[in-house]
Amino acid sequence: MSIALLYDRPGPRTRRRIQAVSIIVGLVLAALVVLVILRLAAQGQLTEEKWGPVINPANPFFIALWANLGLAMLRNAEAAVLAMGFSLLLGAVLAVTRISLPRWGRWSVVAPMEFFRGLPVVIAIFFAARVLPELGVSLPLLWYLVIGLTAYNSVIIAEIVRAGIASLPRGQAEAAAAVGLTHGQALRLILVPQAVRVMLPALISQLVVIFKDTSLGFVIQYVEAVRFVGIAIQQLRNPLQLYLTIGVIFILINYGLSRLAVWAEWRLTRVRPGAVLPKATTTLVPGEPTLTGTSAAGG
Amino acid sequence: MDIIFDNIGLYRDGFITTLQICLYAAVGSLLLGTVIATFRVSPLPPLRAAGTAWVTVFRNCPLTIVLFFCAFGLPELGIKGAYFWFGITGLVLYTSAFVCEAVRSGINAVAPGQAEAARAVGLTFTQSLRDVVLPQALRSVVPPLGSVIIAMVKNSAIVGAFGVGGDLFSVQARLTSAQGLSLIPVLLGVALGYLIITIPAGLALGVIERRVAVMR
Repeated sequence: MSIALLYDRPGPRTRRRIQAVSIIVGLVLAALVVLVILRLAAQGQLTEEKWGPVINPANPFFIALWANLGLAMLRNAEAAVLAMGFSLLLGAVLAVTRISLPRWGRWSVVAPMEFFRGLPVVIAIFFAARVLPELGVSLPLLWYLVIGLTAYNSVIIAEIVRAGIASLPRGQAEAAAAVGLTHGQALRLILVPQAVRVMLPALISQLVVIFKDTSLGFVIQYVEAVRFVGIAIQQLRNPLQLYLTIGVIFILINYGLSRLAVWAEWRLTRVRPGAVLPKATTTLVPGEPTLTGTSAAGG
Repeated sequence: MDIIFDNIGLYRDGFITTLQICLYAAVGSLLLGTVIATFRVSPLPPLRAAGTAWVTVFRNCPLTIVLFFCAFGLPELGIKGAYFWFGITGLVLYTSAFVCEAVRSGINAVAPGQAEAARAVGLTFTQSLRDVVLPQALRSVVPPLGSVIIAMVKNSAIVGAFGVGGDLFSVQARLTSAQGLSLIPVLLGVALGYLIITIPAGLALGVIERRVAVMR
């Protein structure tokens, strides 16, 4: 349903009224922002001392802060890319195993999947960092974070892959069987390549979730952006300013990734020449990914 | 297993604190998220812009940073309180963005004829949204909202990692660092506490989802 259906196209009088109310609402919202800024100024949060290291290149801390912050962000990215790679591999294996097993054998895959899906990611990470060393596996901190993130996200990706394969028309699997392909060949040659097209937006959304969750590295003292800021504020004494800075960086990166997901969705669903599709219905959310995974659920 | 049973009281208290956090945060984020969703479909451009900005900010910002802001930022604005409430506030702000998107997709799923009919009989925007569109949207939105709330329960562990003190996640710190108990069984107990909430909730949601699918 389109947003335009919720109210009639405004006439001249309504347009004037909407304009007037909009101005009032806009002023109220602006006043709120000003109030917050004034409050912060009164608390001494807008001083050069607090903001200098972030925005003033002449500040003695500026270069060191941004260089180290950049390195810390790279450590987030490193963990996210590794976790995404392993989750994709493991997720695809889990999904294919689950589909291929006979019905009575599926619980052997489903039970561990349900366990890791129900577990908070922060506990999975904590678990990996504390339990693995006790079992004699000691790794760099990065890998505990990657293992914790993979344990959770591979399950989610397995679900995305399964939904992607299930969304294909039955005829695809039947035709593959009819031309004599084995189950494995059908999956590899026919089903998975098509499913990837459907899944791509959901997979990109999941990457946003993983990237956000790399900030949980702070619970195991992995020095990523959030932990780095925690260390930096001990010297710079400007927690609000620094957290605002990394907050904005995270939002920009993830917003970019979300736009990429929307773009991929648009690329994959647009009408190709010669294809006959029903007329697209207008929606409020053009290009809302059809398989949103858990990114729609807040990780 | 003995470690869990010997400290069952501590686990129970942690479990109850976690449930409390989740209950307050669920009510808060459902209400706030629905309000933001109505902002996003309203005829007033500033409200739509504010709603979009809200969702963009809180959906793309790690919960960790939102929580830091609630703990450090709100006191600077003159809002004082216990960390317990700041933790819940952070969880509400973060979750409301996801609730908003779920409700909005529910509004999209309502048949266009419903809103057209509401307008045809002369209902205003507020009336048609409140009396016709939202009740139907909320019904079809139960499964996605359920996933949002389950994710929120799991995210409440992050609130605990910050040290709400006394929630399920912090039971672990008290038993291992204070009493020096072996880590693996203690952590398994904590994990079990969350699974007791999330797995039945997920199963119930699956049942509801199938029911809704049959009704359509």
